[in-house]
Formats: sequence, C-alpha cells, structure tokens
Amino acid sequence: MEPIKKFTGKTIHLPHTDVDTDQIIPARYLKVTDKKGLGEVVFYDWRYDADGNPNPEFLLNKPHAQGATILVAGHNFGCGSSREHAPWALQGFGFQAIVSTQFADIFRNNSLKNGLLPIVVDKATHEQLLDLAVEDPDLQLEVDLETQTLTLPDGRRVEFPIDSFSKECLLNGVDELGYLMRQTGAIEEYERKNKK
Amino acid sequence: MTPRTLFEKIWDAHVVSQAEGAPAILYIDLQLVHEVTSPQAFTELRNRGIKVRRPDRTVATVDHSIPTYDRSLPIQDALAAKQLDIMYANARDFDIRIYDRMSDKQGIVHVIGPELGLTQPGMTIVCGDSHTSTHGAFGTLAFGIGTSEVAMVLATQTLLQRKPKTMNVRVEGTLANGVTAKDIILALIAKIGVDGGTGHAVEYSGSAIRAQTMEGRMTICNMSIEGGARAGMIAPDETTFNYVAGREFAPRGAEWDAAVARWKQLPTDDGAQYDAIVELDANALEPMITYGNNPGMGIPITARVPDPDALGDVHQKAALRKALQYMDLQPGKSLLGHPVNVVFIGSCTNSRIGDLRLAANVMKGKRVAENVRVLVVPGSQQVKRQAEQEGLDKIFREAGAEWREAGCSMCIAMNSDQLEPGQYCVSTSNRNFEGRQGKGGRTFLASPMTAVATAIHGVVTDPRSILS
Repeated sequence: MEPIKKFTGKTIHLPHTDVDTDQIIPARYLKVTDKKGLGEVVFYDWRYDADGNPNPEFLLNKPHAQGATILVAGHNFGCGSSREHAPWALQGFGFQAIVSTQFADIFRNNSLKNGLLPIVVDKATHEQLLDLAVEDPDLQLEVDLETQTLTLPDGRRVEFPIDSFSKECLLNGVDELGYLMRQTGAIEEYERKNKK
Repeated sequence: MTPRTLFEKIWDAHVVSQAEGAPAILYIDLQLVHEVTSPQAFTELRNRGIKVRRPDRTVATVDHSIPTYDRSLPIQDALAAKQLDIMYANARDFDIRIYDRMSDKQGIVHVIGPELGLTQPGMTIVCGDSHTSTHGAFGTLAFGIGTSEVAMVLATQTLLQRKPKTMNVRVEGTLANGVTAKDIILALIAKIGVDGGTGHAVEYSGSAIRAQTMEGRMTICNMSIEGGARAGMIAPDETTFNYVAGREFAPRGAEWDAAVARWKQLPTDDGAQYDAIVELDANALEPMITYGNNPGMGIPITARVPDPDALGDVHQKAALRKALQYMDLQPGKSLLGHPVNVVFIGSCTNSRIGDLRLAANVMKGKRVAENVRVLVVPGSQQVKRQAEQEGLDKIFREAGAEWREAGCSMCIAMNSDQLEPGQYCVSTSNRNFEGRQGKGGRTFLASPMTAVATAIHGVVTDPRSILS
C-alpha cells in the first residue's frame, strides 16, 4: 500500500443516505478474479441505462466530476455486502478519500486496508460540505492525515478522527498482512496453550 | 469476577495479544471460503509465497455465482465457470476441504456450516460474506470480512480487530400465528434503522428468541448486518445442543460431554452490562414486509406505505422519495393486493429445512397463481434431499413452483436467476437494494409464509388470511 500523507483534490458530492455496496458495484461484476478495471463499473446501474448508455444526470458522468479524488457521500455510506470490490471500484475511478457522517463497519475496514481514506465529520460540517459542493463544481479540499485535518477553500480547518493504528498504517503504507505474519510466535503460543 | 456477556467471554478467549493503542489480534477458529470473495486473497498468498496456516480450520464451497439448474448441465456463464475453476484450483493447491458443485454436501456457506456441525458454540467464525452473522445463532462470534482480511486469516488464522460495543435486543412474549422469526428481525431493523447496530455486536435474548428453533434463530442472526451490526448472537441452550449433536463434525463421546459442559458456561452472566439495550414486544408483532430499497424500510403487512412529506430529516425524505420512485409505489397505500411477478423462497436467511416445511405446509394442495413465477431454492444439497424425502418438492412442483438446485440464486442474482426490469418479487431473502435481484427488479422482503400466501394469490397477501 502506498503511504498517504497530504493531498488536495477535486471534490464532488453524492448526498444519498445509506448507499449500499450493491449500488457501488452491482453483484454481477463480482465474477472477476482480480482487482483491475473495476473503476469502469463503479455505480454501474446509476451510471448507465438499460442499453449501457451513460446517464447524463448521474454525478460521475458530469464533466466536473472527471478527475475527482474526494467524494462527499451521505450518511451510512457502504452499508450491506462485505465486498471489497466496493473500495477497489471507487479507487479505480480515482477516489482517494470519502467524507461522510458515518460509514458501515465492513466498508470502513475494507477502505482502510486499501488506502481509501474514510473521513468522518459531524453533521453540520457535512451539510456545509454538501452546500459548498453544490455551489462550486470545482471545489477543492485539502486532506492532511498527519494533522487529521480537512481544509476548506475559505481556509477553515476541520479535524477528523482516526484511530492511531490505522493512521500509522496509512501514513507509512504498513502492510497489515506482513504485520500479522510477524506475530507468528504469539499465535503459535496461543494455539499451544488453548489446544487449537 | 466481573460479570461478562456472551460476546465478552468469546472475545476474551480469542485474544492472542493486545498491544497498547492497536487493535487486538483475534484468533479465528473457522474460516468459510467461497468463490466470489476469495480469489484475490489466494493470489496475495501466492505472490508472497505464503501457505494457508490452518487448512484444517478452513472450509470452502461454491454458492454465489453457480447456476441452480440441473447439475449435469454445463455452466453457461464463462466468467462464473472460471471463478469456480479458480476456487477449485485454490482449494487443491492450498489443501483446503471443498464441497464443489457436484458434492452432495454443497450449499450456501451459511447453511452448510451449521448443517455439517462445523459451527459450534463459543467459536470465532469469519467468511468473506456479510451474512456470516448467521452462525451467531449457535453462540459464536461470527462476522463478515473483506478479501484483504480473508487473506490475513488464511495466512495467520488471526485478524486485527477492534472490540465492538455490545447491544442487547430483548424480544419478550409469544408470536401470533402467522408471525415468524423473519418478522422479528424485519421489525427490529424497521425500528433501529439500517445503521442502528453499527459498531455493535448484538445479542438477542428473551422468551420469543428462546422459543425459536435453530432455523429461526439463524434467520434472526443472519440479518443482523442489515441493521448495521456485524455480529448477532444467541446464547446456546438445549435447542442448540440438540441441533449440533450427531452432526458430521460435532464432537462425540467424552469429547461431546466436555464440549457441552464448556458451552454451558457461555451465556451472559447475571449483572453483565451492555452498551445499548433495545426491546421488542413479540406479542404485538405482525407479519412484516418491506416497501423500499433498504431492509429498514419495512412495515407490518396491514400498514400503509409511509409518506416522505411526513419525515423531518431532509436526507431521509429524499431517500424515501427515491425508493418509492424506484419501487413505483404511492405513499399512504397498503401493499396488500399489490400484484407480483415472482416469488423467491431461498437464501441464507430462509432456505433451511424448517423454512421449506413451513412454506410447503401453506402451499399444500394449492396452486400458484397464473403468471407468477415461483422459485424454491433449497439452501444446500442436504436440505434438498431431506425435503425430497419428506415429499416437500412434490408439494411445490404440483403447486406450479420451480424446485431448483442449491445456491444463493435470486438473493444476489449473480447467476441466471434474475428479475426483469420493473418486475415485483416477494422474496424471503435479506436485501431489497435497487437491482439486488436483477437490474431494475423490485423486491418486497417477507417471511416464507407471506411468500407462499402471495404466490397462491398472485398479489401481496397476509399469511394469516389463509391460515384460518
């Protein structure tokens, strides 16, 4: 995983609440056996009509959405299925961070493991970000993971929470599987003691 | 000693280590693997030259993308066929037991785990599938994980986990005739919302839970994730032990006695504290049905579809409006009498032998309404055989329903079992998300009894109307 520290990115908004992972990537696209190319099918059923033509009304088909790296999403984003294809698909489109008032647990975990930053803000800040995104199609936000701050165009800085372990992993590109592999001694001891 | 909850006892017994500020390293007793969320995990192991640490604690099957038509026919979908082949190759190369498409023990991963006796009280169980919470019905800590985590468990038999909060859902009282476990869980999710359980492990308790069979308990725990909770659990008791006893992988003889003695220590101690408590009155429950595009959008079957204008929150209002537009429903109207095109009886929520008996009992001697397609998809090949021995398949077939091979089928619509755009379906599955049962398809979630009553009349029907 590539380390994440600080980046500024074009920010777009999808205000729907409870967006489930079946919308982020419909199940019929889960027959892949690798992680590549999923950006093309992210939000497929909202993005394309029955004949596969782009729906011009949908956010990701709008000109201003191209090149966006930050998505301000509605409450409880990523609920439903555990498919890690959801963060893979969002990253495939180019997103590096999702901002919401709450993420579903499994989606949040999956995102962190792939370096897609889930940023939780309070309701008032969330509403303000949604308003800003409506007013300014070219909204840019700055994300600084080190200081855990989101900087708005007017210079206002909003802090966001992230547990110290996840932060360390993201900042240094720590590989969690590698970390667990180094715990083999403790795992063997646990198995011996507990007759596993 | 401080009184502990069922969750805390299992958690404490599985912490390998816990460094300051870091998540716990949690030992996993059993990982279930299927074809859809595992290929990239095995690739990761291959790339790093890592073996599966405990093949004996890993069991695979194929359920999501396999067709439910005759097993002797070749798989028409090349992508699905490739995914299955990769699953078989991974199982072979990493020395993992697999119940493949031709196995007489193949089935939905959350049906075969309990059925084979792999699922046992006190265990930690994971699978790359959010409905892993099903196994919590046995007093296990069981939850869904992503593919990166599948790789971690394959490689180390452990996971990095933060301790969730605990929530106790108490369901007291007696269910009325025609009201089932499915209605309990749909009523709960309608009450707490699809994010109500986020960050929590839920323990279900109370007389209405105790009165449930293991099948009913699995239905309830299965849909915990639809309320946002990764894990749902029920303390093991005699009902649990009787279900597990004698199954293929259950302990035997002296080992069985020792296991039961251990399992009896698992229930929550008197005085143990939960972070949240939710109460539900079983006496007041009616058959439930959903009208919208998440499982929290549910109502008693005699109630009316809510009005977006009556909601205060602007985002909730917008969500309901969007759902009613997708479902093409009018606020203020009842769903009773609404025509349906398809009825689906199956999925890891409601495809066990108990569910099929319940459904067949209502279906017996009746005919499916004209122009309604009814799919009955047993959860496993063992369930299928059992049902056939009992003649349930005949009841369904004679009524005009399709009797199919085991798999996830129209719950996730990865195979050819799909709704057509605009079609309505009463489904015993767990998700009514947009397009879940096929692009443009519209799902009403309900119990197997409501599903059969609807199949007979061709319109959404209160199951109590045909019971009396």
